[in-house]
Amino acid sequence: MILNLIYRSLRQHLLATLVTAGSIALASGLLLTVWVVKTQSQAVFAATNSGFDAVLGARGSKLQLVLNAIFHLEASPGNLTAADFEMIRHQREVKTAIPLAVGDNYQGWRIAGTTEALFTDVEYMPGHRYQVGRGERFFQIGKLEAVVGSYAAKKLGWQVGTTFHPSHGLIFNPQAEQHEETYTVVGVLAPTNTPVDRVIWIPLEGVQTMKGHNPLAATELSAVLVQLRAPEAGMMLNLRLNSPGGRLTFAYPIGTIVAELFNKIAWFDQVLTLVAWLVAVVASGSVLVSIYNSMSARARDIAILRALGARRRTVFGAVVGEAAVIGLLGSAAGFAVFAGLAGSVAALIQAQTGVVLEPLQWNPVFCWGPAVFVGLCILGGCVPAFKAYRVSVAETIAPVS
Amino acid sequence: MPLLEVKNLIKTYAAPGFKRSDPSAVHRVVEVAAFTLEAGEQRALRGESGSGKTTFLHLIAGILAPDSGSILLAGREITKLSEAGRDRQRAESIGYIFQTFNLLQGHTALENVELGMAFGRGVDRAKAVALLQRVGLGDKLGHYPRQLSTGQQQRVAVARALANRPELVLADEPTGNLDRRNAREALQLIREVCRESGAALLLVSHDERVLAQFEQMQDFMTINRALAAPPTVFPR
Repeated sequence: MILNLIYRSLRQHLLATLVTAGSIALASGLLLTVWVVKTQSQAVFAATNSGFDAVLGARGSKLQLVLNAIFHLEASPGNLTAADFEMIRHQREVKTAIPLAVGDNYQGWRIAGTTEALFTDVEYMPGHRYQVGRGERFFQIGKLEAVVGSYAAKKLGWQVGTTFHPSHGLIFNPQAEQHEETYTVVGVLAPTNTPVDRVIWIPLEGVQTMKGHNPLAATELSAVLVQLRAPEAGMMLNLRLNSPGGRLTFAYPIGTIVAELFNKIAWFDQVLTLVAWLVAVVASGSVLVSIYNSMSARARDIAILRALGARRRTVFGAVVGEAAVIGLLGSAAGFAVFAGLAGSVAALIQAQTGVVLEPLQWNPVFCWGPAVFVGLCILGGCVPAFKAYRVSVAETIAPVS
Repeated sequence: MPLLEVKNLIKTYAAPGFKRSDPSAVHRVVEVAAFTLEAGEQRALRGESGSGKTTFLHLIAGILAPDSGSILLAGREITKLSEAGRDRQRAESIGYIFQTFNLLQGHTALENVELGMAFGRGVDRAKAVALLQRVGLGDKLGHYPRQLSTGQQQRVAVARALANRPELVLADEPTGNLDRRNAREALQLIREVCRESGAALLLVSHDERVLAQFEQMQDFMTINRALAAPPTVFPR
């Protein structure tokens, strides 16, 4: 009977029900989005290493080095010499060392110079090597050829045979002079869901010897991407290469360094989460206000139910149940809001970093989030329910004669 | 043994703005020394507005608790029951017909009748349908109160009052909101269905046309001694 009473009441106050459930849906969607993006981006960014254990670069910030070499976001803290590359390559702890040179862009898309070994020798994820489409190939050393990450190719509308002139600098400047060299796309990488997808790859010496670059720096590198033979080897290299007074930085382990980034912006997470919770509380308050405001109009109905034999706890339960159902409806609709919001945020993150979030992947907040909302709505419903509980049948139902 | 037996029943109210602890501000609304109603009996009580008729019915229905006195319904002392106990008693044994019908607007005619069963012995849809058919609304089961005439709404209220198979039906000015023809039909219907179901009927009204229909009619002034002592304190 209580369920029937709840259903009738919700139907009778349909507009208020929809508006209130809508506010819950927005709040729930926001909370789910903030929570999922926060937890998943931390996990995904910390796990993004493009298959490498460490990065070697000039003395500077490890985080800047990782962001530059792995995420292709920041400028390089400085250059390495060819001798530095040879040194790290010949360390017995090092399995693979891939040189990286940056300094050019095409309409803001980063151009990175490397060797073919990046594509042929490295698994960017366990069991996954870089691939190009049928009939395509990786660039050849010494030629003005390029391989383009899938996301960059899609956004630029490039395909095999497209030619382009690199521009100097990491940031696009329309007034900047383009380099004379004309590069031709020979392959488009299959999507990897890593920052590599946003990069235009050319042979290493292409960046080093591009006309207009400093000829004295023709053998210098921006960073070296390092795969180790064993994880514990990184600690020894860490001690050796990061010794005080040195001119090199060995950024290891990458995941921990990225986690530092999230620690630095933890306050922003906290603010976002706090805002989401505040919205949740306000939305739950709207349930209270919505039902409470209708209590005067409902008092007669409640008195009638009581006159028919409904106990106080029955009408209390019906009002609380109504608030809970509004919370449930709102939380269910909140998943649709979440899907839209989180999808947009994930697309933005992919566009900015190349890192792909999968917001619909299972997250515990999908359970406790709606449960918290329903709980808050029940709390909010207790106030009007108490008012319903106290309705005086005799005074409400009929004029005393 | 009578179905309903009232003894030394007293109900007082404090004047608005006064505390009950102030004896000069408390006045008696109901003071009934003795009143009985036999099972299946139909009786009308005549009383003017403000005479305490409704309060008397509310006390019998357990909607209000008296200050003192005894109300025995089918041998059960209502005044000794907790509020929840009185609610249960009302849900299971008493039907109530109001002057203003008091149908729930968001419920259909059938659902309103089912509400009359819901808090007592449970919903029996077939019986609810049969009751509505009995009061001539078999074709209006899915109609909402706003889609029914006032006479039809009162018929739904009558069906609802009988829905829990009550031993006693209390009717408070049940025809007060109806025109003469509808009032006559409604009253006839109430008396018929009560007779058919074996329920006793206690009706209060100030309408002489209604009262004239009853073989058993009593002036409420003769049983409510509180009327002899009108309130001496008025709201501040």
